[in-house]
Amino acid sequence: MSFLDAGIEFAFSFDQLYDRLQSMPAPIRLRELIRTIRTARTQAEEREMIQKECAAIRSSFREEDHTYRCRNVAKLLYMHMLGYPAHFGQLECLKLIASQKFTDKRIGYLGAMLLLDERQDVHLLMTNCIKNDLNHSTQYVQGLALCTLGCMGSAEMCRDLAGEVEKLLKTSNSYLRKKAALCAVHVIRKVPELMEMFLPATKNLLSEKNHGVLHTSVVLLTEMCERSPDMLAHFRKNEKLVPQLVRILKNLIMSGYSPEHDVSGISDPFLQVRILRLLRILGRNDDDSSEAMNDILAQVATNTETSKNVGNAILYETVLTIMDIKSESGLRVLAINILGRFLLNNDKNIRYVALTSLLKTVQTDHNAVQRHRSTIVDCLKDLDVSIKRRAMELSFALVNGNNIRGMMKELLHFLDSCDPEFKADCASGIFLAAEKYAPSKRWHIDTIMRVLTTAGSYVRDDCVPNLIQLITNSVEIHSYTVQRLYKALLDDISQQPLVQVSSWCIGEYGDLLVSGQCEEEEPIQVTEDEVLDVLEGLLASNLSSPVTRGYALTAVMKLSTRFSSVNRIKKVVSVYGSSIDVELQQRAVEYNALFKKYDHMRSALLERMPIMEKTATNGPTEMVQTNGEAEPSGLESKHPPSITQPASQANDLLDLLGGNDVAPVIQTTPAAKPASAGGELLDLLGDLSLSGDPAPQVPVSQPSFLLDGVSSQPLFNDVAAGIPPMTAYNKNGLKIEFTFERSNTNPNIAIITIHASNHTETEMTNFVFQAAVPKTFQLQLLSPSSNVIPALNQGAVTQVIKILNPQKHQLRMRIKLTYTHKGSPLQDLAEVNSFPPQSWQ
Amino acid sequence: MYVLPVPQMRFLLLFSRQGKLRLQKWFTPLVERERKKVVRDMTLMVLGRPPRSCNFLHWKDLKVVYKRYASLYFCCGLDDKDNELLALEVLHRYVELLDKYFGNVCELDIIFNFEKAYFILDEFLMGGEVQETSKVTVAKSIEASDMLQETMEEYMSKPAF
Repeated sequence: MSFLDAGIEFAFSFDQLYDRLQSMPAPIRLRELIRTIRTARTQAEEREMIQKECAAIRSSFREEDHTYRCRNVAKLLYMHMLGYPAHFGQLECLKLIASQKFTDKRIGYLGAMLLLDERQDVHLLMTNCIKNDLNHSTQYVQGLALCTLGCMGSAEMCRDLAGEVEKLLKTSNSYLRKKAALCAVHVIRKVPELMEMFLPATKNLLSEKNHGVLHTSVVLLTEMCERSPDMLAHFRKNEKLVPQLVRILKNLIMSGYSPEHDVSGISDPFLQVRILRLLRILGRNDDDSSEAMNDILAQVATNTETSKNVGNAILYETVLTIMDIKSESGLRVLAINILGRFLLNNDKNIRYVALTSLLKTVQTDHNAVQRHRSTIVDCLKDLDVSIKRRAMELSFALVNGNNIRGMMKELLHFLDSCDPEFKADCASGIFLAAEKYAPSKRWHIDTIMRVLTTAGSYVRDDCVPNLIQLITNSVEIHSYTVQRLYKALLDDISQQPLVQVSSWCIGEYGDLLVSGQCEEEEPIQVTEDEVLDVLEGLLASNLSSPVTRGYALTAVMKLSTRFSSVNRIKKVVSVYGSSIDVELQQRAVEYNALFKKYDHMRSALLERMPIMEKTATNGPTEMVQTNGEAEPSGLESKHPPSITQPASQANDLLDLLGGNDVAPVIQTTPAAKPASAGGELLDLLGDLSLSGDPAPQVPVSQPSFLLDGVSSQPLFNDVAAGIPPMTAYNKNGLKIEFTFERSNTNPNIAIITIHASNHTETEMTNFVFQAAVPKTFQLQLLSPSSNVIPALNQGAVTQVIKILNPQKHQLRMRIKLTYTHKGSPLQDLAEVNSFPPQSWQ
Repeated sequence: MYVLPVPQMRFLLLFSRQGKLRLQKWFTPLVERERKKVVRDMTLMVLGRPPRSCNFLHWKDLKVVYKRYASLYFCCGLDDKDNELLALEVLHRYVELLDKYFGNVCELDIIFNFEKAYFILDEFLMGGEVQETSKVTVAKSIEASDMLQETMEEYMSKPAF
């Protein structure tokens, strides 16, 4: 082509282009766009198409094209549903609403409901349009306006337009009246103060024949009654709403087949349910109203067809109403029986709903619900997860002293087979129930064992200390318990809570284990070495958590006073003295120290645990919460917040804290006795020999209080403070003298230093001094200077006692002395009474 | 989601088995971001249900009722005190209305005529409450509205959209 020809070609095509620009083709139609977008094979392709179309739409909007505005907004709404931004269409929706064309309005209002929300000010621009449309000559336009206002009207819009809505509520046009009623509901929800203005219009709403109006009127009345007690009272008394509703309901039930409103043979179930709901509100806490609706409720409950969901929906609402109003007992039983029948229904939705409702009523109508217990328990085997969960919760609510054995069998079976998501809750529930209703200690232990072996790894952490406490307190079956736990350990060491409880028990009762005696079942023969093998295995195993290892090591240590193979234990302990795990290392080092330097204290420290004080009886969570807080029931309030966490207590006692500071204090204050002024000195030191005798409850509290502000070393050696010393004990060559100081920081504290001297020819070794005071006092014993009292008064063992005496009672003390003299172990008890007054006043 | 004193339906969603949203009706004010989250959560939860479960779920403080019709899931969020069995009836009624209008309705009808699905819904529910309990009346209202629209279109001699 020549240069000139090309130029002419170019000129022609330019003309064509110009022509085309003058008359842009119409924007593509909605359905076509949808079809096109659906052909996209990838997300990227779809995005490209959408972007292209959005650009076209945007330019169309810019040109203020009102012919195709509707089409463009419709397309925008489709793209919005796919998840693409469409905010640039908001104003266009407003323009559509303002248009005179019905089609425009329809799409405009739809767009407004989808794209606008009341938090943006732009929605207020609709208000005027809506106001105009509420007064439009075409009812369908009015309907659009009412619908939009009733769905998304903001508080300001509602305030502006409430008057229009109220007008329409009084119209005879049922199409508009029903919409106005629901619009009024929305207005009231947004601006409750406007409720009053709708009151007059409600006057004869219920005399309507039109079901639509009836239904929405009932909704409106429900809204008003729920929100305002005054309205409720007004409608009860002045308007006599209950008889009207009863009449309408009766007509619905009794009337013949009405094809327009029939659903599976039931006439207008939606209306029936709403009426029942309104009756519930009217009958709540009102005897007269409740009585007036009694008959109709019974009628609905007995006559409603139950083969389909629709009938059951009505029955369900009826049951809810019966349970909520002041119904007579016969009616309540009827309601619960309906729920019982629901439980047997094939439809799992119905079963689910029944379980949920029963759960709500189990507190108030416990006996009635009990009658359906076996059906409820059967639901534990249901396939549906939601039903199983409800059934489990309900089962726990139904457990009591009479059915505990049977229920527990079912619940344990459930625990075996249920999904992991249930196991933790189920285990906790079982523990709680067992604690409340256990028929015997052995049953209790067996149940716990069963839970630990089947769901051990799902058990909550706080269960371990609780179980340990329970085991400790079940004194008569210690050997049975430890034997069962030992056998469980042989089977499986992977479940940490089980392993922890077992280790603790073996450490505590290992002597019973190897003794070859057992009360409840055939005793197993097991040697000390076998036991130690198991514990060492736990220490070495990868399956054991650090906490578990700690338990195992402590257990090994405790066995040093119960077994004879002390050397082996010493070896184990020293090996772990260089463990990487800091906690384990610390324990091992301290235990080593116990062997080396404080061997004389070892037996006392590792003694059998006393029975521990229980705080609340509400099971696991309660125990954890009482840590240092509210006063435990039964204990005297003079104590500082007494902590009774068994397992950690046990470990704390054995923690020597470097051996310098605090020796464990043994206090003796049996729980149930009231405080008396210095009165009964109870058998204090008798409680100190705690080798398995069922001793009275002995709380073991932490001796932290007395350290407040006072150093652990006796600083106040100023004898010139003037309190005379005294001889507390002098027998068999052992003399113990007390010297006194008063604390400068706390006037209630007296500091006694004992000086133990020996004027025999042989030294006294393994000397241990113990003391106990009446319950209004508190005592803290620091560690002695030594446990060997040299012969012939060549030295004295000193030890510091701190006494807290807030009530300023006369100080009395019982002391227990243990020592070895001339090869034989000796022990003596004495009472020390004649304290100088300045030491305690 | 905030607590309302009177139980009320909060939202109604339709989505496909692949999780594509086909209709969203909100009865309480939520911003776009919150709506998207609800849709995401509902889709995940409902589609993740094992085959023979019951039709009720718990989500936050709401009851969720859902039912599958062919390839579409109908899902609504209710207050905890609402009657979920009745909600199933509400969903069923809506499907019946759609079926009457489209004649053997299927998902494609809803996709290509989503605006009609909204119009029908707006004649049946308002503010989460049932507005008309008669199938016939709803059908008649829609028909009449459509006529109004068609008249316009005839006048314009081209389809509106």
